[in-house]
Order: sequence, then structure tokens, then C-alpha cells
Amino acid sequence: MMAAVLLLALLGAWEAYADLSGIDDFVLPAPSAVATALYDDRALLWSNFTVTAGEIALGMLVALVLGLACAVAIHFSAALRRALYPLLIGSQTIPIVLVAPLLVAWWGFGLAPKLAIVALVCFFPIVVPTLDALDRVDADLRKLMRTFGASRWQTFRMVEAPAAMPGVLTGAKLSVAIAAIAATLAELAGSDAGLGNLMLKAIPNFQTARAFAAVVILSAFAVALFGLLTLAERRLLPWAHQPRGTAP
Amino acid sequence: MLTRIRAPGAAPPEVETELGSVFLRDVVKTFAPRRRGVGAVTALDGLSLDAPAGEIVAVVGPSGCGKTTLLELVCGLVAPDAGRVDAAPAVLMAQRDLLLPWRSAVDNAALALRVAGVGREQARGQAAALLYDFGLEGFERARPYELSGGMRQRVAFARTLLSGRTVLCLDEPFAALDALTRQEMQDWLAGALAVAPRTVVLVTHDVEEAIVLADRVLVLSPRPGRVMATLDVDVPRPRRRTDARLVELRARALEELRA
Repeated sequence: MMAAVLLLALLGAWEAYADLSGIDDFVLPAPSAVATALYDDRALLWSNFTVTAGEIALGMLVALVLGLACAVAIHFSAALRRALYPLLIGSQTIPIVLVAPLLVAWWGFGLAPKLAIVALVCFFPIVVPTLDALDRVDADLRKLMRTFGASRWQTFRMVEAPAAMPGVLTGAKLSVAIAAIAATLAELAGSDAGLGNLMLKAIPNFQTARAFAAVVILSAFAVALFGLLTLAERRLLPWAHQPRGTAP
Repeated sequence: MLTRIRAPGAAPPEVETELGSVFLRDVVKTFAPRRRGVGAVTALDGLSLDAPAGEIVAVVGPSGCGKTTLLELVCGLVAPDAGRVDAAPAVLMAQRDLLLPWRSAVDNAALALRVAGVGREQARGQAAALLYDFGLEGFERARPYELSGGMRQRVAFARTLLSGRTVLCLDEPFAALDALTRQEMQDWLAGALAVAPRTVVLVTHDVEEAIVLADRVLVLSPRPGRVMATLDVDVPRPRRRTDARLVELRARALEELRA
């Protein structure tokens, strides 16, 4: 509610400034011009949106699969923890802007370099909260499972994995916003479709309003994904939001 | 809340198993220093304890006298540095209920059964029957955060019983509860153990709890823990807290603790 009010106020100020200052449309388009572009270019925007949305969704899926596998491996093996954790942090410092064109040179204009870049960026924020949640599982709970005669795998399946679910969802939520940025960057480095590709073509043609419209769609998509994950969290993990619940 | 005790002749809630015993002789356990400059800690120094099958032995002592270590030895979670530990398979029940917040009461109670490979429906059936006996009828599907502290502790106890272990190690099981609920739960536990007898090693710093529940009370010294006194509680059950013999034993135990 407050977010909507704030957004409206900002849009109003922006509109007033764009209309009254006489600034050129291709430098700063008014919100009304962006809205018009959203409507007029809807077919174009939609076809490019499906490309980018696919890159974001698939890239996050790849990051989720690899990230969870990595977190579990590190959780089970102290040697892997020592070996992989520094590499993980190192992977986060790779300047995507430089790597993206290289990946395009290697793998072409298709989906592969986009998936790689989105996955690379989302990997770390998924691994860290997941691993953290796995590590925070109560030592007494592990002892309890041992007195029940549980195997390491049973303890993982019945206690550790469910306890880590809030961490996984936190990681996925953190990834959503940066996944959108990563997909755009990857498209800027070389692509033939997508919202980033559309922006790249629109700006030199003085179609700034169209580029802004693409940004609006991308933001809306990220917000929607975030909302979806929050909803999933509430529905699937109601226990994680109860003040009275014991920490596992 | 009262314990629902089944009418005589009704089937017992779970299969009767032969009760195990616990035997500790001259046990020593030392923990290596965690940091430089901190000496090794001797938790137990020559402790001996006998809990024959079906007996309830309480261990009281000041904080940090190695009581929790004692239970971990009995449960086989740690090995002694010296001495002998002979114990039937034992299960640990801690001060915190340690219920899994994502599982319902009945699924929490059934946890040990599921670990043992019992099918979901059968495990739930057994757990639900025991929860009924424990006065938790209607709360089977409740999540732990929807239950009161006493109810959660009863679910934890149901889970402990259903593990099929004949030796129960109770580590200050009611310390996290308020005084009134604690007394209620002690009476309740006495009733539950009367119906389903087990060999019990109860560790507590509540002398009254020890006297009310146990057949024998061991008083431990401050760290390193060893047995300073043994009190036999030769009072028939059900016991009343105000029973003169219990009150006298309690006074003696407190005296030993202060010595």
C-alpha cells in the first residue's frame, strides 16, 4: 500500500518535471510516454519478454540445482568445504561485464551464455543461506536422531533438509532481482532477442520510451517472481514464521 | 491435565519388551581444551551407577557436574576415557522438547518409528494411540508452535517411548516449564511410567523432582562429578509430595548437596 503511494508520488514528480522542464523526450521520456510505448509496442515487448523470462527462469533453475548440490556436498564433507568455499567466493568476484562477451564468443548468440551468466550470479546467494541453515541445525537434534539409530542420510532427509528449506527460499528470493540484471547484461553482450537486446537497439534510435518500457516489464517480472516465492514460503513453510516455533 | 490410563485388560499401547539395565563402573571422561590456555576439563571422575531393569535412578548435582555427559555415555554418544559402560540401547530426552516444527504432533511422535523403517500409516496409528493415552486427543495434527509447553513435552515423551528403547535418559526434562506445569508433568510422568515401565536415568537439579519420581537418588559432587551419596526412596507409589518420608529425604538430599 505504502509502496503504491510512494510510486505514484514519484511518477507524478517525474511526469511534471519531464513536461515542464522542456527536456528532450529521448533524454528523459515522461511516464505517460513510457505508458504509451508499453501499449503501442506490446507485441514487440511481449515476444522479447518471453525470451528474457525464459533466460531468468532457466538460469535460476540451473543455479538452484547446482547451488543446492554444492551446499549439500559442502555440508557433508569438511574437505570439500575447505576446497570449495574459497572458490565459491572467488566466483562471485568474476566481473560479469568482461566475461559475458567471451562467453558469447565461445557459445554464440543462443541461450547457453545467458544461462551461464544468470546461474553464475545466482549461485552464491543460493549456496550461502542454504549452507548456513544446514549448519545451524541443533546439535542436540542430531544427537537425538543418533539415539534413535538414524543413519547420516536419515538425519539429513528428516531433519536437516526440511530445516534448510527457509534458507533455500531466502536464497532464491535474493537471486530474483540480480537474475534480471544478469540476463539483461548477458543480452547486451550479444543476442538477437530479449528485453536487453530491445533496449540496446532502442536507445541509439532515440526510442528511449521503449527502452524504459522494457525496464518496467523486467522490474514487474522480478517483483512478481519475488511475490510468488514469498507466497510459496508462507504456504509451504508456515512453521518458519511462528514466533513460538522452536528453532530446529 | 490428567493422564488417561487404560482400563485393566485393555491392550497395552505398545509391545512389551524386556527391560534393559544400565551399569557404569569407575567411569572417567575428560574433555580436551578447546582453546590454548584453557586446561582440559574432567567432567566425570570415577563415577559408578547401577540401574537394574525397570528401576528409576535420579542423579542430582550442582550445575556443571557432568550430568549431561553421564547421559551421553549411557546413550553411547560419547565413549569413556576409563571405566566400563554397559547399557541397553538408550534414548535421550532433553530439556528442550526438540520437536520438528514442520511436523504435526503425531508425525513428531512417530519420528523414531519412521527412522526404524515403519510405514507412514502404521507409525501414525501407533503414535496417535499413544497421544490419546497422553491426553492429546484432538491435537494430533497440531504443529508444535500451536501447543503449550506441557503438551509439547508430552509429545516429546511419546516420541521417546515409541523409539522402542527400554532405557530412557531424561536430561532435566521439565526444567524449561513453569513451576506449576512442572509439578503437573512430574505427576503425569510418574503415571505414564507406572503404565509403561522403563529403566530410567533421570538427571535433574530439582531435588524434589528426583525424590518424587525415582527409586534411588544419587547425589553428585561438583565437577569432576562423582557420587557423594545414594538415597533409597522406599516409598510406594502413587506418592504425595507432602508425604513425611519424602519431605525428610528431600531435606537429606539438600544437605548432601550443600556438604
